[in-house]
Amino acid sequence: MEHELGFALRNAWLILAIPFFSFLVVGLFIRPRAPKLAGIVATLAVFASAGFAYALAVEYLSLGGHDGWKTIVPWSFEWLRFQEHLAVHIGVIVDPISVLLMVVVTTVSSLVHLYSLGYMHGEAGFGRYFTWLNLFTFSMLALVTAPNILQMYVAWELVGASSFCLIGYYFEKPSAVEASKKAFIVTRFADLGFLLGVLILGYFGYQIASEAGGSAQAFDFLFLTNPEVMGKFSALGAGLFGIPLLTLALLLVYMGGAGKSAMFPLHIWLPDAMEGPTPVSALIHAATMVVAGVYLVARLFPLFATSGDALLVVAYIGAFTSVFAAVIACTQDDIKRVLAYSTLSQLGYMMFALGVASFEHPLGYTASMFHLFTHAFFKALLFLGAGSVIHAVHSNEIWKMGGLKAKMPVTHATFAIATLAIAGIWPFAGFFSKDEILAAALGSGHTGIFTLGLMVAGLTAFYMSRIYFVTFWGKAKTEHASHAHESPWIMLIPLVILAVLSIGAGFVPFGEFVRFGAAHGEAHGINPMIAAAGTLAGVLGIGFAWLLYRDGLAERSGVIARALGGGYRLIRNKFYFDELYLFVTHKIIFRLVAAPIAWFDRHVVDGGVNLSGWSARVFGSAVSYLQTGQVQTYGSWFVGGAVLLLFSLWMLRA
Amino acid sequence: MGLLSWLIVVPFITALAVIFTPARKTAWIKWISLVGTGFHLVLTAFTTWRFWQLAAPEAASMKTAQLMKLHLEERIPWFESLGIQYLLGVDGISMSMVILTSIIIFTGVLASWKVEERAKEFFALLLVLVTGVFGVFLSFDLFLFFMFYEVAVLPMYLLIGIWGTGPKEYSAMKLTLMLMMGSALLIVGFLGLYHVSGMNTFDLTKLAEATFPASFQKWAFPAIFIGFGVLGALYPFHTWSPDGHASAPTAVSMLHAGVLMKLGGYGALRVAVYLLPEGAKDWGLFFMVLTTINILYGSFGAITQKDLKYFTAYSSVSHCGFVLFGVAALNLMGMKGAVLQMFSHGVMTGLFFALIGMVYGRTHTRMIPEMGGLAKVMPWLAVCFYIGGMASLGLPGFSGFVAESHVFLGGFFGNPWTDATIMRTLTVIATMSIVVTAVYVLRGMAKVFLGPVTDPHFHALTDATLTERISTGVLVATLAVVGVMPFLLIDLIEASIMPIVNRLHASGVTVALH
Repeated sequence: MEHELGFALRNAWLILAIPFFSFLVVGLFIRPRAPKLAGIVATLAVFASAGFAYALAVEYLSLGGHDGWKTIVPWSFEWLRFQEHLAVHIGVIVDPISVLLMVVVTTVSSLVHLYSLGYMHGEAGFGRYFTWLNLFTFSMLALVTAPNILQMYVAWELVGASSFCLIGYYFEKPSAVEASKKAFIVTRFADLGFLLGVLILGYFGYQIASEAGGSAQAFDFLFLTNPEVMGKFSALGAGLFGIPLLTLALLLVYMGGAGKSAMFPLHIWLPDAMEGPTPVSALIHAATMVVAGVYLVARLFPLFATSGDALLVVAYIGAFTSVFAAVIACTQDDIKRVLAYSTLSQLGYMMFALGVASFEHPLGYTASMFHLFTHAFFKALLFLGAGSVIHAVHSNEIWKMGGLKAKMPVTHATFAIATLAIAGIWPFAGFFSKDEILAAALGSGHTGIFTLGLMVAGLTAFYMSRIYFVTFWGKAKTEHASHAHESPWIMLIPLVILAVLSIGAGFVPFGEFVRFGAAHGEAHGINPMIAAAGTLAGVLGIGFAWLLYRDGLAERSGVIARALGGGYRLIRNKFYFDELYLFVTHKIIFRLVAAPIAWFDRHVVDGGVNLSGWSARVFGSAVSYLQTGQVQTYGSWFVGGAVLLLFSLWMLRA
Repeated sequence: MGLLSWLIVVPFITALAVIFTPARKTAWIKWISLVGTGFHLVLTAFTTWRFWQLAAPEAASMKTAQLMKLHLEERIPWFESLGIQYLLGVDGISMSMVILTSIIIFTGVLASWKVEERAKEFFALLLVLVTGVFGVFLSFDLFLFFMFYEVAVLPMYLLIGIWGTGPKEYSAMKLTLMLMMGSALLIVGFLGLYHVSGMNTFDLTKLAEATFPASFQKWAFPAIFIGFGVLGALYPFHTWSPDGHASAPTAVSMLHAGVLMKLGGYGALRVAVYLLPEGAKDWGLFFMVLTTINILYGSFGAITQKDLKYFTAYSSVSHCGFVLFGVAALNLMGMKGAVLQMFSHGVMTGLFFALIGMVYGRTHTRMIPEMGGLAKVMPWLAVCFYIGGMASLGLPGFSGFVAESHVFLGGFFGNPWTDATIMRTLTVIATMSIVVTAVYVLRGMAKVFLGPVTDPHFHALTDATLTERISTGVLVATLAVVGVMPFLLIDLIEASIMPIVNRLHASGVTVALH
């Protein structure tokens, strides 16, 4: 290596080690004795991770990227050896997107930790909460730094598990328990696809790697995205149902990504996941874990681009999800649920941005990561702001809030900034990334997706302004709302920092840092036409919401809702997807598969066993009648038998 | 007397010591048992260290070895005219099983701390049972192996029949008879091996040098595989297991599901596949189909169970399916996964039965619908239960993931003797269990532990005692250590699996290495 690596890169393992050991120490030793201290130690550890991630980012940036950024794996060790060419090396991969995610994850995580110190104050499970939060941070960092697909899968399951623990944090509340189970099982179902995809990639990767010899490891991303290897993959030909094997494998992997990123139709767990404490929703279900699916596709982007068809599926599902969720978001009354559907919609945005990218038009790749970056800040801000409001009014229902503008000035100001950012108004961060996504969609010739994207931009501005007006404007609608107080400073500091980031993040020269291929060609500034269209959609959305909700009341919108009738009810009930899933699992799988199997086992298989026992007993007792104790009977049997035997012998001889 | 003999004798001496203790001194009996098994744990650690010193330098050369290599061998002629010897030895597979057993019996004694009824007989029988188990894992003479095998199975009848719950006599009888049926198949197979080899020996390492005619392997393999399979809960010979586990007292369930069921996979791998590679190639697919049924059937069966023990028993049927599935996959990853799964499932299910015993001791019910919100009153037990559950659904970080990923990869990679498409299809079907397992584990545990406390009496219940904390803590730590540092166990067993794989490839048609 021509460059001597700096401290952070040489000791890259620390990025995983700090939160991991903090998790162990906090969880095993500090939590049972001093929950308060547990929270503080956990927070400090994550701040340390953040500091380390920044140092690492600075060192990596100083390596320069004039002829494309290098991918390096400064640290790894053999963790799990399946067989030759199939060993899993736990390590840290350093390339632009992993550095980006490390920075985003540690930044948001440390702010959420800090915020939680205030928000969770006085909760019974304070120590437990921070233990899981630390575990989550570790798992998420292990996910973004994974140099091979199996470490990704491992971390993937771990973030799922820590998300499960945090959604079910209020474990005495049945709805939280249900939501945590649902989240785990739905994403597990999606992970089944991921696992199968890994099996296929591993199998054929192994064939390719063992042909090549050397020390190639089939699971390594560097191996999988090597042009030569990708060529061999695409030459594998058709697998199942005439779908090329590569496409099949990628679609299965994408199924995992779609589960985690809650793409339609696997989206049903995310709105329910809002049962967790609000800071958890901000960290896990808005800024970090749910973008794992987007990150996975970006990580394997060269393979997806080679396949082509798989990427189209990503694009269409993403675009559909973004519209679908945005429509539902307009009708929900729970502030966190609106934000959850908004997250779904924005994730769809990121997904279709990746989907429209290709080797020729890689702008979508940059745009998607850009949006991931900006969205993390303003969506975390929205959730934390919502948390601050909920903390003050003790309700999630927007119709129980109102008039908080003056009572909670900091929360209000930061929430307003985040709303403008997500609505895509210049100079807030969302404007830049959204513009780039729309430009990517149009530039690659996906006019339909571009139109949908524009529509979603309008809807986003509308539903976000709706909750903004109803929550902060007009008059207080309940007792709690009229006596609301601003949150403590420990909760406000993260809000302010995130607000600054929500403004500033858009000005980062992102295209210089994250881009696909060395070409600068498409990485451009602002396209005035697209920017105007996007801004117009945003302004229209905000204006429409202002017309309907500026006094914080539901009367005017109620007229529209009634006019829409059944259509409105359909949307408000989220197109009855939850009911559909419940029907399939409870009525069909439990009642028509599981119960019959249990019955079959007890009555048919075990019946067979009992039957053999019974027949032995019956036979035994039948035969026992032969033992009469009468010598005469025995004698006659003996003589009769002897005669029969002699007779048969004589017959045989003849 | 060698180190390995001590491993077998220590529990037996402890049993004798228990027998010579007055029956009313139950505290003494428990402490004697605890000290004996604790000492055994130390001895096991020492043996592992010795074994590792001897085996590590040879790991590289084992890659191409056709014959297994025993260490710390003890060989004493016994019935010389019949070629029966007292032959003990250890390789990586048996070493890992001995570690498992030693952990389970130690924690099992701790988990039985509350047994008061006929405590003397209970602990004596338990220790005799475990003597047999150690004997099986360490003996490499088929006759000795079989003898110890029977020593392990028989005390079970008394332990369940006397200290059990529910229809205990029925369950004990059913379990013993079904396992005896397996034994009958085994003894036929073993005698066949003895005669057909014509070597006048039961020595497993010697028999491996014989070439058995394909016509013999064709019937002997299924006989031996099913004989062991009955113990390993092979579908459809698994029905002794739910009843047996449900009726057995805590420590017996732990030993039985944790260790005894592992004898099935162990024997299938060690005797059936190793000695009869041609038979394995012929029958591999057949058993893969059966074990795929095992895996899914067990997990679906668990969904609707109401009794926690039946719930865990069906889960065991599913997880033991992974063991035999891996064995039947006939490749390195599959078989390695099988051994890993034996270890992992042993610890996991030991933990489950220990916890169920502890919960039952408090609530006096095992029925899932009657419980609720127990996490509030017994957080330690709830956390351990959830960790066990997470391990059982294959969460990375615990041993279950290491094992299952091996088994899935093994099944998917296939072998040169079996139709690749069918094997892959079976593997894909088997992988579905990861979702079904998540469903039943989360549903069952949420009902028992989460939500509001359903019964006001539960508020008076206490969390785990110190002995219970040690017992469950050791098991949880084992799950995590193997899960976080899987290389420890893999290094231990991998070199010992290679001969089995190499023999498969060496006999008959050789195809590119898989």
